[in-house]
Amino acid sequence: MAGYLLVLAVVGFAVYIVSAPLRSARARRRTAPDGLLESVAELEAARDAKYLEITDAELDLRTGKLSPDDHRSLDRALRAEAIEILHRLDAARARAAADER
Amino acid sequence: MATAGRLLLILALIGAVYGLCASLYGARSGAREWVDSGRRAMYSVALIAVVAFVILDVAFITSDFSYDIVASGSSTTTPLAYRAAAVWSTQQGSLLLWVMLMSLWASLALFVTRRRVREIVPYAQATMFAFTIFFAGLCVLFANPFATNDAHLTEGAGLDPLLRHVTMLMHPPMVYSGYTLLLVPFSFGVGALLANRVGAEWLQVTRRFALAAWLCLGIGIMLGARWSYTELGWGGYWAWDPVENAALMPWLCATAFIHSMMIQEKRGMLKVWNASLVLATGCLAIVGTFLVRSGILSSIHAFVSDPTLNVSFVSLISVMVIGSIALVVFRRDSLRTEARLDSLLSREAVFLFQNLVLVALAAVIFWITFFPLISEAITGTEVSVGPPAFRPFVVPLALIVVLLSGIGPIIAWRRVTAARLRRNFAFPVAVGTTTLVVLAVATDATAHLLAWVMFGCAAFAIATVGQELARGTRARAAMTGAAAPVALLGLVRRNRRRYGGYIVHLGFALAMIGVAASTSFQHQRYAFLRPGQSAQVDGYTVRYVRPTVSATAQRLSFGAVLDVTRGGRHVTTMQTSYGLYPAQDPMHPIGRFFNGSQESEVALDSGPLRDIWAVIHPNVTPLQGLIARGDQLVSRLLLQVSSLPASQQPAELNLAYALRDQLIRVLAQRFVTHPWASQFLFEVSPLVMWLWVGAIVAALGGLIALPPLRPVRRRAGAARRLASAVDAQDLAAGGKAPQPAGLVSPERELV
Repeated sequence: MAGYLLVLAVVGFAVYIVSAPLRSARARRRTAPDGLLESVAELEAARDAKYLEITDAELDLRTGKLSPDDHRSLDRALRAEAIEILHRLDAARARAAADER
Repeated sequence: MATAGRLLLILALIGAVYGLCASLYGARSGAREWVDSGRRAMYSVALIAVVAFVILDVAFITSDFSYDIVASGSSTTTPLAYRAAAVWSTQQGSLLLWVMLMSLWASLALFVTRRRVREIVPYAQATMFAFTIFFAGLCVLFANPFATNDAHLTEGAGLDPLLRHVTMLMHPPMVYSGYTLLLVPFSFGVGALLANRVGAEWLQVTRRFALAAWLCLGIGIMLGARWSYTELGWGGYWAWDPVENAALMPWLCATAFIHSMMIQEKRGMLKVWNASLVLATGCLAIVGTFLVRSGILSSIHAFVSDPTLNVSFVSLISVMVIGSIALVVFRRDSLRTEARLDSLLSREAVFLFQNLVLVALAAVIFWITFFPLISEAITGTEVSVGPPAFRPFVVPLALIVVLLSGIGPIIAWRRVTAARLRRNFAFPVAVGTTTLVVLAVATDATAHLLAWVMFGCAAFAIATVGQELARGTRARAAMTGAAAPVALLGLVRRNRRRYGGYIVHLGFALAMIGVAASTSFQHQRYAFLRPGQSAQVDGYTVRYVRPTVSATAQRLSFGAVLDVTRGGRHVTTMQTSYGLYPAQDPMHPIGRFFNGSQESEVALDSGPLRDIWAVIHPNVTPLQGLIARGDQLVSRLLLQVSSLPASQQPAELNLAYALRDQLIRVLAQRFVTHPWASQFLFEVSPLVMWLWVGAIVAALGGLIALPPLRPVRRRAGAARRLASAVDAQDLAAGGKAPQPAGLVSPERELV
């Protein structure tokens, strides 16, 4: 009997949480299509990776793997790439915001 | 509760099927609520699997022999910890463990990514459900862990004595965690390809799971090696056994993937390579799971072979391989790289070369491991391969990996000048060269050329890590004014990924020193000794002081106390024994102890410079006559008792068993009172301790590297500098460019 009660309890809990998104009666805020959100997310990921590259380059300079001249040219290139990503990110966010409206 | 357990398994299977369908429907229709429902179905499946596993484990702990696998895999005399762990010593229990771990890790991955990579997650979710359905289906249809019997047994067959070792408590869960965690990046790789979102984001969200998989699988492999070294009685830690290789191959590919994903994250390169690598790694994880329970290759690790499982696994592996190839080919246009390699003198180039070597290593091991099957299929002739087949290929490739693990950290990304290279390489090359020269002059290391070169490469790699830590600490101390230890801690804490990786390299180099020394310079000696006699091995004198014996109803043990001296000076006293466990053999009440399971208790004296290892293989032939007479006597007595009235039998049976146990003790005591020569294996292995130390250091490095990258808002320094660069560019262009309406400026957004 205890076993069957346990199974019933687990099943009941599982059905409750699995069906929750389907039962939700709240008016969902209209969000931008996943495709647009995905573009924003991809650009955010690219931005984060670029920041990491900039930080890594600075660490490479401080630990002697890069000369000041090498670091300067690399840093300039990385920042230019980062700015490009930021502009694309701004544009993607604008498109997503416009689509929500 | 067995019925409840079986019902829960069926419910887990149904829940996984629902989750798969909901995920795919949500992916195709864009209805997010179905994807969310599918995610919650995975949480539910995980909960159900945990409850089912707990029910089964409680059955083992309470010795409920109404469960078939408890009766066959445990006993009332098995210690509690091993009773709890015995569940994964069985085919059925290990499959349930697989289902539980798969659903738990999948739940964690889906929870962490619930608001990210929204186009990828539904397909990744569906893939993880597919694996859950497969393994839950095996449990429901072919390998029911909750099968019961009506035999009313009061005792079980017991746990295989070889598995009564502390490392066995964690080895299978660690290896299975590694395999199941590898399926997370596999699933997200499939999802990225299906959704045609093959940028770096899917790598970012799965990186920590790939690293966790690498860590768990590596720990599992090392626990298995430790078990082999201290339990199996052959004196080694790696036998190139097919199941060992099956765990090593995905670990090597995961190592390559962890490095190559960095290149895609930073440079957008190697998309095809990363996609192929992560899919291949997932396939190898399933191959490893298949090998341990298929019996297609002879292995000490294998469960009893089940042909129905073999067909299922081969089908799954075929679908995975064909599907992976098809996906990569289908998405080849999207997987085109965005950038080119700037220079061969760059960290990208080193990582790429290292990837090729690691994958080549995995491929070589795969080919040699499966060669017996391939040969038999083609020629009809069965061949066997052993360790000598692997060494000519594995050792040179391992040398290159160690060398590259030292080169990678001291080369910058994108490109580095020759002058800068000379400056960065000077110290490590000096250390490596000095090591080679000193070893060549002061030792006989050059007698084993590859080992000698390995020592030099490892010293180079260790020096590299030391140099990086020292320079980074100096730089941070200069920036912050902190003392060196504080600066070092701060350096590692703020750059966990980089310096965690360096510590892993350090651990790997230490481990390879241990491997090279202990395999190439090991001294081994077989000897037949009576008490008082001695044997020489590598300058040590090992004297057989006295025999030992222990006899209980569950175990018979013959052992020896050994005294080790060197140059007349006492080094250590050790004890080794050989355990005999009775078989289920009512025809031979005494003899069953001598034809059942056996295991060795190794004598081990470990030190930083050498291990002294000894094991006894007692010869029981002198006892055979007495065993046979004892069997006749006890069997006759039991026959007489069986002819007595039923009311008298219990008391007489107890007397008969007491006599049997007394006879066993008397028999065993003859090993002490009338000792004869026993065979010993002695080994002196230099530096083997550094294998274990290196593994611990590498695991520590993996743990340091494991936490996620810092969130954006903490990178204010980089953000402000970047914003000022934007302003400078705008000023150079003749004033501030007008911001488009609705846009947030980079500075405000980043800070």
